[in-house]
This record gives sequence, structure tokens and C-alpha cells, in this order.
Amino acid sequence: MVLHGNELRDKVLEKYSAKVYRNRKQHVLSIDPEASNEITANVRTIPGIITQRGCCYAGCKGVVLGPMSDNAIIVHGPIGCSFYTWGTRRHKQVETDRHGEHADCYVEYCFSTDMQEPNIVFGGEKKLKKAIEECMAIYKPKMLSICSTCPVGLIGDDIHAIAKWAREEYPGLMCIAFSCEGYKGVTQSAGHHIASNQIIRFIVGTGDHKPQKKFSVNILGEYNIGGDGWEIERILNRCGIEVVSAMTGTSCYRDMKNAHLADLNLVQCHRSINYVADMMKDKYGMDWIKVNFIGVNATKKSIRAIGAYFNDPELSARIEEVIADEENTIADEMEYYKSKLKGKTAAIYVGGSRSHHYQLLLQDLGMSTVLAGYEFAHRDDYEGRRVIPDIKVDADSKNIENLKIEADENLYNPDRITPEHRAELEANEDIDLNDYQGMYPDMEEGSIIADDLNHFETEEFLKALKPDVFFSGIKDKFVVQKAGMLSRQIHSYDYQGPYTCFQGAARFGHDLVMGLYVPAWSFIKAPWKNQATLVGKLGGEV
Amino acid sequence: MLNYTPKEMVEREALVINPCKTCQPVGALYAALGVHGCLPHSHGSQGCVAFHRMYLTRHFKDPIQASSSSFTEGASVFGGGSNLKTAVKNIFDLYDPDIVAVHTTCLSETIGDDLNALLIDITPTLSEGKYIVHANTPSYFGSHIHGFFNMVNGFMKYLSVSTGTSNGKLALFPGWLNPGDYRELKRLMTQMNVPFIMLPDTDGTVDTPTTGEYTMYEKGGTTIEEIKSLGDCKSSLGIGLTISAPSVGFLDKKCKVKGDTIPYPIGIDATDAFILKLQEFSAEEVPASVENQRGHLVDMMVDTHQYTYEKKVAIYGDPDFVIGMMALCLELGMIPKYCITGTPSLTFEQEGKSLLEKYGVKEECKVQAATQLNTTTDLFLLHQWIKNDAVDLLIGGTHGKHIARAEDIPLVRAGFDVIDRYCHSYFPVVGYEGAMRMVEKITNALMDYQDSHCEEKDVEMVM
Repeated sequence: MVLHGNELRDKVLEKYSAKVYRNRKQHVLSIDPEASNEITANVRTIPGIITQRGCCYAGCKGVVLGPMSDNAIIVHGPIGCSFYTWGTRRHKQVETDRHGEHADCYVEYCFSTDMQEPNIVFGGEKKLKKAIEECMAIYKPKMLSICSTCPVGLIGDDIHAIAKWAREEYPGLMCIAFSCEGYKGVTQSAGHHIASNQIIRFIVGTGDHKPQKKFSVNILGEYNIGGDGWEIERILNRCGIEVVSAMTGTSCYRDMKNAHLADLNLVQCHRSINYVADMMKDKYGMDWIKVNFIGVNATKKSIRAIGAYFNDPELSARIEEVIADEENTIADEMEYYKSKLKGKTAAIYVGGSRSHHYQLLLQDLGMSTVLAGYEFAHRDDYEGRRVIPDIKVDADSKNIENLKIEADENLYNPDRITPEHRAELEANEDIDLNDYQGMYPDMEEGSIIADDLNHFETEEFLKALKPDVFFSGIKDKFVVQKAGMLSRQIHSYDYQGPYTCFQGAARFGHDLVMGLYVPAWSFIKAPWKNQATLVGKLGGEV
Repeated sequence: MLNYTPKEMVEREALVINPCKTCQPVGALYAALGVHGCLPHSHGSQGCVAFHRMYLTRHFKDPIQASSSSFTEGASVFGGGSNLKTAVKNIFDLYDPDIVAVHTTCLSETIGDDLNALLIDITPTLSEGKYIVHANTPSYFGSHIHGFFNMVNGFMKYLSVSTGTSNGKLALFPGWLNPGDYRELKRLMTQMNVPFIMLPDTDGTVDTPTTGEYTMYEKGGTTIEEIKSLGDCKSSLGIGLTISAPSVGFLDKKCKVKGDTIPYPIGIDATDAFILKLQEFSAEEVPASVENQRGHLVDMMVDTHQYTYEKKVAIYGDPDFVIGMMALCLELGMIPKYCITGTPSLTFEQEGKSLLEKYGVKEECKVQAATQLNTTTDLFLLHQWIKNDAVDLLIGGTHGKHIARAEDIPLVRAGFDVIDRYCHSYFPVVGYEGAMRMVEKITNALMDYQDSHCEEKDVEMVM
């Protein structure tokens, strides 16, 4: 019997011990329109379960800070943490000039204090200071970050005092410390929050370069994986919209300083950057809208929402022209890919946002999603921000600092749009003004949601659901492919991309067709395994 | 590319830039993958094991499984004992390995979790025939190489016993190599009629065939029985002076099995030394097939010499690998201009310098390992050297590709890690076979460079 929905969920979970079952049943559910669908998320990982999750350091340094081109990041710790985030996340960057100001690009470099035993015993502050001096002598960066790793918090090195020393020692240097020890919180998510806090505390609001165009935005939570951010910027620029900063994918310290002078924030990855969006709303009165540039229809909806926010007929007309032109360019290709992919199913397990976004792109291609999950999203990413008041911060995450933000005396400006227009926008169902509905509304009844999907559950659910493709990360990819199922990486895009907007959608379609139709899959079973090809005599036979 | 690396040499003592090493636990994880039915376990916060699995998966393009104690802030302050107990129960409930190999991270090492004591508590709760072993692998000491031999020794510490009856076998510690290399070592031992136990052995565990079925514990790997039986071996042989000497010493200390350590059998001379060691053990003639293969290698070296002679090469990576490649390059008449490793190794510089002397190299060459006190022997330093006096070829892992591009130098990828090319881990660099492969790669890289960089009138049809 083929099981679905809740029956399947119960069947998979019943193999657990009682204790693990009690825990996991709160993280796995089948979408049921009649039920509350409340999920448990953002809680500690079960030891030994083979999670795919990473740590706070990865969320802070690897995800949010790493992409900033002109930010020299010194990882304070033993060598591993720094080594593993060297070039492995595909946030593309180059040196740039803007408004006559140059920004270096350090992404090919990996900086570490490479702590040794004596640094653990006697403290690593002296070595860190020396490392900063050496970095300043060689690179003269305008921004320097210090990221702490597990042992730093335990031995009590005061990296914030050292950052302060560096700011005083080197006038013009923005030196910021990030206490993102790996054991903080329960996942990468804690690191996003820690990075966001320091971005608001030290960077945004310190520049004074006003946007030059009439309409300007920041793109928050877009890390330019495989060039995603550049493609979004190309489309927005075509529409006549200036991108002041893109945090942090195509951006840098030079640009992020001026972010508060833009008109509107666009939030792509809600999980990692909603803190910045919220704090900028409180501090500068800047609205944000949830956008999604993954998928043709999602992109159209997002650009139109930006147009609706600015409420300018000329802009809206230009937006429609760009949409028509871009769609026309890919129409034939999309039709072909759709013909090859229609009716196929997918399972998606990614970090904190793509599991939702990619479902919309798959819908464009005629596919449906039978299972989706996040490594480290919170309840609001699943269920929508309306549940935020009900979320209790548990003991494992309570030490992550929550900044108290007050309106900036000089820069707070709530009047970017009129109250009447605001009321209109709030009533418009196609626009998520300062809001995010979460992944649920785009999921079909009966599909499985799995938070912190572990190796055991991955194997069991894939065996039962038999999707045509599993979108996940590098640690899952080959497990799944050994079993004869395509797995495409949706963190690294398998070294391809960009996948954003119109051309990105076509490129994604191409890559998916390529993956599913490569002849190699047909050779998995050796011919002598399928049929009796043995014509000789077996030993002993006469 | 690498635009901010200045030509003027800079003094550094604290800032490591573009390291030529990584941290201990990943070495322990890799060693544990070379044991059959083993699930490696990382006792620390889960970010480490996510990174380590990622690193090895990218190198092998194969599934790499390992579990974690998933420390939270509370465990980091009060100790991770209960995390480990919970983990072990869940691991055996869900994943049913024969053995769990626990290593530590800088987190559990800094807080001082006592793994010996924890395992004394946990071991009696295991089912019959199930095992748990551990090694301490602090990331702030040594490198991934230290993690590797610490784990090898960890297996022996818990399992290897001397029963007093010899099994007549050679205990072989092959060091950190690809499964293709392990296969070649086993092939040579079989050809030389040497019965052996090799620890570890990832042939079959990290280069698994695609069959339509995934199994967590594949056919390969040293078995638990074999590890126990290491204590009854007639003698031992360590391959790799930095990585395997500690294991040869450990087995001698624990089980009184005497042994020697030789360099990685990379190139003709080091492979000869390996064959001689095997012959010493078997006391038999070297078979014609091995001799013939050696002859093929010499033939290639003579045929290709005009493209390799006096070409300058920079080699970076793990200490035993670099020494091995250095020897091969010298045999080809090349000049190993710069040889570096980020792993602190006392024997590295000594071995490298004696190789240069042996071949009478007049050119001034640099052979430099990081030390515990000065860790800044890294790819930034190598790049600065190259900027000041260029080389014709680079040999090492993927992380040198930026230097190769910045300075327009061909790069032959070998060693760990190679994360931007496919198929490499199936093929050896060791033995005559591996040397033949490297001769082909090195010569082709230099000849491709000539083809693409010479003037049009100088493009040769026959080379």
C-alpha cells in the first residue's frame, strides 16, 4: 500500500524510540487545511541523529559577512573554521567603483589567527591584535571583521575590546567583532541574528551618499550565489530602480553604510535578514516587502509589488515593458523545459528560505513538491509572521542578543508613502508589506513538511514518496544519487546559475532537464542483472 | 586574481592567509571511514562535522556520513557527557554501525570533556559485538594529519591485542591517500606475496559504485577483527614519515610489533624502497610483472625528459605528499623550487633538504614547514615567493588554483583536497603505476602550456 500524508508520516516516525518520537513528531507534519499545522522549529538538534545543520559561525561568517567584498574577515580560532568557509559558498564578488569610491574584493583570501595550544592556555588576544596589525599593513581594508569560533568564548578573549582598540588605532577603519561561537543558538540561524545586529549597530546609517535615481531599494537577504544578485539588479536597473545596497551578496561596506537612504527594503531571504528589515523599519521608518525572484511568476509578482509601492504610472509602465520583454526572451525555452518536466515531483530540503522559493519555480515548470523542509528556519518561515507573538524563545537561544531599536532622531522618516496609499497596499493581497506569509500557503494538501530533516528520515521519505528529484545540499547529494535518484544542489546550484528572475528560470529548467535525461541513469543496472544472458554452462553442469 | 598579494615580502607571525592545512577532526573522520561498518562521530558542536563531511564529499564526490554530539551553549559550559550518551543510543537505534569512532573538536577539548571516562560508562550499554572507540583531536594542535594518526592509534588503543600467536602478516599503515592509492598498495602487496593488514583502507567506502541502492556501510574498510589482529602481526610498515611513524611507534609500544617507516612510495626510488621492504618480508623474488611495470616507468621518464628537465616546480600540501612529489620531480630532472606544508613536521625540512643534496641541486630551493610557534607557512607566502622568482609548474590541491591563474602557471592537481575536478580519487599517485600517471600529467601540463603560449610559428605538430 502506498502511504500518503499523515499515514506516511506516522509510519516513518514509528521506527523511532519513544523519546525521539516525541521530539520528531513535532517537527514533521502533513499539510492539512483543517488543522492548525503548528510546527516546532528552531530548537536543539537531537545528538547522533545525523542532522545536516551547521553552526552559528557558519551563519554569521559564512553566510552574512562572507559575501561583503571589502570586508577583511579574520577568523579568530583554530584553522578549520576559516579554511572551510574559503571559497565554498558561491557568493560571487568583484572589486567595484561607485560614486568615485573604490571597494576592494577579498573573497579569494582566507584569514585566520590559527590559534595554537598556548593561545588556548594563555589567551589569544595578543595574537589577534598582531594579526590585525599584519592585515592592516598588507591590505589596508576599510572594514575588518573579527569572527569568534567555539574556543574563543570559552577562554574569554574579549574580541569586542580589541575591535574598539583597532577602531581607535586605525582612524577610518570600521572594525567590528562578532561573537558567533559555533555553540550559540542551535543552528546557523543564531549567526544571522548576531551579524544583523552588528550591521545595524555599526554600519547602516553611517554613510551620507543619497541615491541618484527617483526610486531606490535595498535587497536584503540576497547573497549572489552563482550571480543571482547581479541578475536581480540587472532587471531592477532596467525598470529604472536603483539598488543602493544588496545585503550582502553584491554589496560591501561602502554601499551598506548608505542603505538607510533608500526608499524601500526588499526581503528575499526572510530568515537571515528579517532582523535588519525590522530594525530599519523601527529606526528609519523604512518599509519592507517580501519578494521572491525565484520563478517567473514570482518574479513578476515581486516587481509589480515594487511598482505598486512606488505608485508611479511611468515606473509601472516600464515594469510591464521589462516583464514582457524578458518573458518573451525565454518563452520558447520555458515551453520546451515544461514539456520535459510537466507532472514530475520534487522534494526540497534547504536552509531557511529556498525550500519555499523554489516551489514556485517548479510550479512554473509544471512540477509539484511532495516534501519540503528547512534546516534552521523558525515557525514564522513555515507558518507566516502572524505567529511571531506566540513563539517562545527557549533556553538554547535566549542568549542571542535582541537589540532595542528606537527611531533615529534625524533620519526617521515614516512618510515615504501617504497614509491612504499605505492602506491600499495593506489591503492588496499580492503585496506582503512588512509581512511574510511563510511557506505553507504555497504547499498542497497532504504534502510533508519536515523541519531539521535527518539522514534517516531523508532515506525513508524518499523511498516512500519516490520524487523525480531531491533538491538539497552536498551532504545529501551523493547518498541520493547512489540510489538512482537525481539530486540537484540548491545551496551551490551544482556550480551553475544564476537561477533568479527570467533567464535564471530558464537556466534552472535547462539544468533540471539535463540532470533527469542524462543517459548515464539508464546504465545503473548491468545487463546481466536484468536478464539471463548466461549461455555457457555452470560449473558441474553436464 | 589575488590582486592584493604584494611582491614585497612581508613579515608575519600571527595572521595565516590561505592556509596549507586544515584542522585535526577531519583527519580522524577520514581515518574512521577506512574501517568497515564504522560511523565516525564528532564530539563537539555540529558545525564542525557539517564542514568536515562537506570537505570530504567535495573531494570524493561520494556520500560521507558522520554524526555529531550537537553541543548547545549549556553543554559547552557544563560538559557534553549527556550529549554523547544520547548520541550513542540514537546512532545504534537508527544507523546500526558495528563501531562508532569518536573524535573531539576544539570545543570539547577546551572544556576538558574526559572521553576515557565517558566511554567507560557508555561501553557496557552497547549490544554484543558493537564497539565504541575514541581519539582526542584538538584542532589547535598540528593539522588534519595529526587527527588522522590520532584516530588510527585510537582504534589500536581500544582494539589491537597481542595474543602471543603471530598471524604472520605485515601491519601496513598507508597514511592519508586516496582509495585509488590504497588499491595500488594492496595490489603490490598481493603481487609480492605479502599477507597484510592495512589500517585504514577507504577503498570501497569513499569510492562506491552507483548501483541503484544506497547502503550506509559499504563492503570496504579494515574490519574490526583485522584491527584486533594488528597486535599479532609479524612486523609493521608505516608509509609516510610524518603521518605513519606515530602509528608504527604506537603498535610497537602496545603490542611489541616492531616496524619501520618509509616515505610515501611516490616516484621510482621511493617505490623501490617499498618493494624492497615487501621483499624483505616475503623473502621471495620480485615478480616479472612488477619489474616490467618499473621498466615502463623508466621508459616514460627517458622519453619525456626534454620537457621536464630543469623545469622549476612549486609543490604544496601535506608533508608526506610533498616529499613524495619532490622526489618524483627530482627523478624527472625538475627543480623543486618551493616546497611547503602547513602541517608542523619535524622531518619535512630535513627530508626535503637531503633529497636536494642527493640530486645535487645547485639552484637555491626553499623547503619549509609550519611550526607550532610559527604557523604562517601558507599559500600567501608561496605566492609571494613565486612573484619574486617564478616557477614553471605548480603541484598540489585545488586551493592553489588562484595562484596558478594569477601568475599563469600550469597546475597539476594532486593531494588533498581536489574539489574542482572529478574522477581523480579513483587513480593512484603511489607505486610505479601512480608515478606513470603523474609523469603523464606533469608532461602534458607543461606541453599544453607550450602549445597555448608559444608563438604561432612555433606550434609543433609532433612533440
